[in-house]
Amino acid sequence: MRNIIDMANEAVERATDARFGRDGLNIVVATNHESSIANAERVALAYGRGDAMSLPGVAIAVKDNIATLDMPTTCGSRILAGYVSPYEATAITKLRANGAIVVAKTNMDEFAMGSSTETSAYGPTHNPVDPERSPGGSSGGSAAAVAAGITDISLGSETGGSVRQPAAFCGVVGVKPTYGRISRFGLVAFGSSLDQIGVFARSVRDAAIATYTMAGSDPNDSTSASVPVPSMPEPVEAYRGRTLDGVTIGIPREYFPSSLDSDVRARCDVAIEVMRGLGAKIVDVSLPHTELAIPVYYIIAPAEASSNLARFDGVRYGRRAGDVSDLRAMYELTRSRGFGAEVKRRILIGTYVLSHGYYDAYYKKAQSVRALITRDFDSVFASGVDALFTPTTPTPAFRIGAVTDPYEMYMSDIFTVTANLAGIPAMSLPIGRVGGLPIGGQIMARHFDEPRMFHVAAALEAALGAEAHA
Amino acid sequence: MAVTEIDIRKIADLARLSLADEEVPMMTAQLNSILAHMDVLTKVNTEESIDGVIDDVIAGVKLTSDLKDTGAPLRGDAVAPVQMNTTAPLLAPESEDGFILVPRLSTHEDM
Amino acid sequence: MTDWSSKYEMVVGLEVHVQLKTRSKAFCGCSADFGAPPNFNTCPVCLALPGALPVLNAEAVRLAVRAAIALECTINLKSVFARKNYFYPDLPKGYQISQYDQPLAVRGTLHARIPGETATHDIAITRLHMEEDAGKSVHDRYPHKTAIDLNRAGVPLIEIVSEPDIRSASEAGAYLRTLKQILEYADVSDVSMEEGSLRVDANVSARLHGATALGTKTEVKNVNSFSAVERSLQSEFERQCAMLDRGEAVRQETMIWDASRGTVRPARSKEESHDYRYFPDPDLPPLILDPDYVKRLRHTLPEMPQQLRERFSTEFGIDGAELDAVTAEPRLAAYFEGVARAHGDARAAAKWVMGELAAALKETGTGIRDFPVRAPQLAELLDMVRDGKLSHTAAKSVFTAMRSSGKSAPVVAAEMSVTQVGDDSQIEQWIDEVFAELPSETARFRAGEKKLTGVLVGAVMKKSKGRADPKKVNAILGKFAG
Repeated sequence: MRNIIDMANEAVERATDARFGRDGLNIVVATNHESSIANAERVALAYGRGDAMSLPGVAIAVKDNIATLDMPTTCGSRILAGYVSPYEATAITKLRANGAIVVAKTNMDEFAMGSSTETSAYGPTHNPVDPERSPGGSSGGSAAAVAAGITDISLGSETGGSVRQPAAFCGVVGVKPTYGRISRFGLVAFGSSLDQIGVFARSVRDAAIATYTMAGSDPNDSTSASVPVPSMPEPVEAYRGRTLDGVTIGIPREYFPSSLDSDVRARCDVAIEVMRGLGAKIVDVSLPHTELAIPVYYIIAPAEASSNLARFDGVRYGRRAGDVSDLRAMYELTRSRGFGAEVKRRILIGTYVLSHGYYDAYYKKAQSVRALITRDFDSVFASGVDALFTPTTPTPAFRIGAVTDPYEMYMSDIFTVTANLAGIPAMSLPIGRVGGLPIGGQIMARHFDEPRMFHVAAALEAALGAEAHA
Repeated sequence: MAVTEIDIRKIADLARLSLADEEVPMMTAQLNSILAHMDVLTKVNTEESIDGVIDDVIAGVKLTSDLKDTGAPLRGDAVAPVQMNTTAPLLAPESEDGFILVPRLSTHEDM
Repeated sequence: MTDWSSKYEMVVGLEVHVQLKTRSKAFCGCSADFGAPPNFNTCPVCLALPGALPVLNAEAVRLAVRAAIALECTINLKSVFARKNYFYPDLPKGYQISQYDQPLAVRGTLHARIPGETATHDIAITRLHMEEDAGKSVHDRYPHKTAIDLNRAGVPLIEIVSEPDIRSASEAGAYLRTLKQILEYADVSDVSMEEGSLRVDANVSARLHGATALGTKTEVKNVNSFSAVERSLQSEFERQCAMLDRGEAVRQETMIWDASRGTVRPARSKEESHDYRYFPDPDLPPLILDPDYVKRLRHTLPEMPQQLRERFSTEFGIDGAELDAVTAEPRLAAYFEGVARAHGDARAAAKWVMGELAAALKETGTGIRDFPVRAPQLAELLDMVRDGKLSHTAAKSVFTAMRSSGKSAPVVAAEMSVTQVGDDSQIEQWIDEVFAELPSETARFRAGEKKLTGVLVGAVMKKSKGRADPKKVNAILGKFAG
């Protein structure tokens, strides 16, 4: 095994190169050379002592909305320019305790609001597979970090598909765990009932290890679940030849509309056949309220966000508009200068749907419909289906600047937001290319059934082999 | 339900966002077009008794089985704050003698 | 001064915020204590740093439930935390965690007592819910700036809302004084308006007698004492009556009590009617209480003032000022009861509690819990007085000595040689000696000058070093009177 410190040095060098724009991709927004190396030395010592660690010396890149002590956390926003958190996210603490070394913070859509990493105050990130294209969003930087080989594992966050969609666009594995599986303490809140830290990796197994390392109840997060953490996945070798005997895979018809791109459908059909060949039983199922997911999401998430972002007021931290004599002006200028257009748009939507006279018609109604969406999944899983398979996105990566209508941008999450609304675990893995661009296949499972989800994904990954990137 | 420019200004005010006059029409139009997509929800029947499910989703998230039965986890009453590596006044853009300072509210009155 | 109350009825509802006496804050582990340097008791959670999350304090729940039980509320076994959204610099998150349409408790009753009246005024309590306090804003310390101290941000509160059942300023005062006593009995808060652990906002309106519809109400704020509440309500009521009588409509607005002028005036900052955009807080699952837990709490509460008063009145036959004094707080009531039962004469016990004991507690500043003379010991002291073994005066001295020595009454009395002498022959001997020492006074006394009784009794007391039983001296001396 290569020397931990050498590996860390190389990773830091790659991250630093990326930060200073040498690849032109605008993936990395912050590094801290001294801190990363110092941490690597600590890990090397611990490793030498024989301490048990699940990710010894593994370099990770972290989305810029997850609190780290040694690098700023700016959420891709001007309003937090230069803000260094005085405490660290629980998930980061757990990763560090298991030997991981944070080498970079990555670019993201501002406050995680976006599907293309085009709304960042730092400018757009470019897809390493095709730099004229978006890597997806909002965790585009972290997806690209793995795709570009800066790190093997990176952290993103999901509120409405923000890990799986960029994973699909960049041709890497992306995981959203069950809501409550990983502590949100230290993840800057966007849509609190939806947010989860997610993982990007080159392989299903690596993603599983990182997910389980961070998982577990946290006394600092009232919504984290006290469900036991599954044991770590077996070595890669165990997956070769792994079958899906006895596994029932549901194919929800609403995710394969007649309008679906035929190339995307073709790759999905191949993946389905591969799973059938592995012994899986394939069944047609229906999730009838799927088409309501985007409207429901775009009421609930902005509503919660409008409240969560009220704390960014220039009073206690972050940027403050200085040229004001009055408190109200300070609030308004600080926030108006500090937030970009998409964030403002969502704050306005959110404020509106919660406002007097509209709460029942919008927010309360959306929560009720959300319950119906969740019940769809419960019914399907109760009927004997173990996992669901769908395309992750309706299309491959679009060109930067190509999608200007906000609602059209929202629609790129049409297959992913349902899992956020229901809270179930979901992941994307590469299943092929269309016009040279990566396409993702999505696996979803019951609440807290990550082992099943990883099992199906790993079996498919192993069986597809190099086909996944062709 | 159409949102007017007056509504937008009121909402922006509630959210402490100041919109330039030029921004208001576009914001209004965008919000209306986004909200138009939401109207589909009004046609969904949520009356059928999904009270059990609504209860489970009271905070918008399906409560995991343990939280549904036990509810909010409780903390013991010990003084044990999350540690920070700096102090509140040092984090603030402006502070003095330990106080965090902000410009005074112009309508403030001394009592 | 017009007496509006003959024509108009005052209608008042009170909203009281009470700080719960927990060690740490409602949603984080910071100290809830006061007195620390500004912004010392803060952490990522109460500072609302990005990524921080609330976790509910079990003790805050326990105290809130106790308060709700003490106020005879129906406890909602499931209650929901909601965000109340508004911007203010001492509100770090830009929202307050509170409760909205599913509060902790509803439909209680407070039996308000006006001193001197036997019947209580029963005021309905609409709801009691949990919420967190905001920080403090100091406006006059730095020019053109407001100074924010977030030590108080996140301290647990309960908000108690009454129905608009209150009909007079004195009734409002009674409500508040009774509420304070009940919450002291329940031991949930320091309930001190001076210290800020109890805050009152009053809603007041006026209407013609006999009218059923409510008039437009105004909110009165910035009152710092119960009597100020009473005065401000009266003042505002009169202002509204004058307006209504002139045919003017009352405007719904916030009024500030100006203590120096003794009047209310409109708040200068016209607060926009807030749209708080309440919604359930997604960071906190609902609070779910075990019914057994609530039952257990019910049993740990002491008797509430109302029941205690009734029982003392029936069992011990005490009323009025004495009853008020001994039921002022639960530990004192328990002490009194201990003395009364052991000694047997409840009224004597009450007198002593009101008198010597109260003075002693005030002098040392200790609470009854730390008072060195225990109830059985005081009872023993009172027994000695009743049995004539100690004069009342001597008893006071013994009491003082008992406080510092911790010894029992008989022991102390013996040490001080103040055990009262009621022995007839001893007293006769002292009287004989006095007669010999004061021959002219004696002669005049025996000739009929009754006013010299005092002089002669005094002389006997002096000779006996205060130990003679003055009643006996008087009685025996009387036999020599002419």
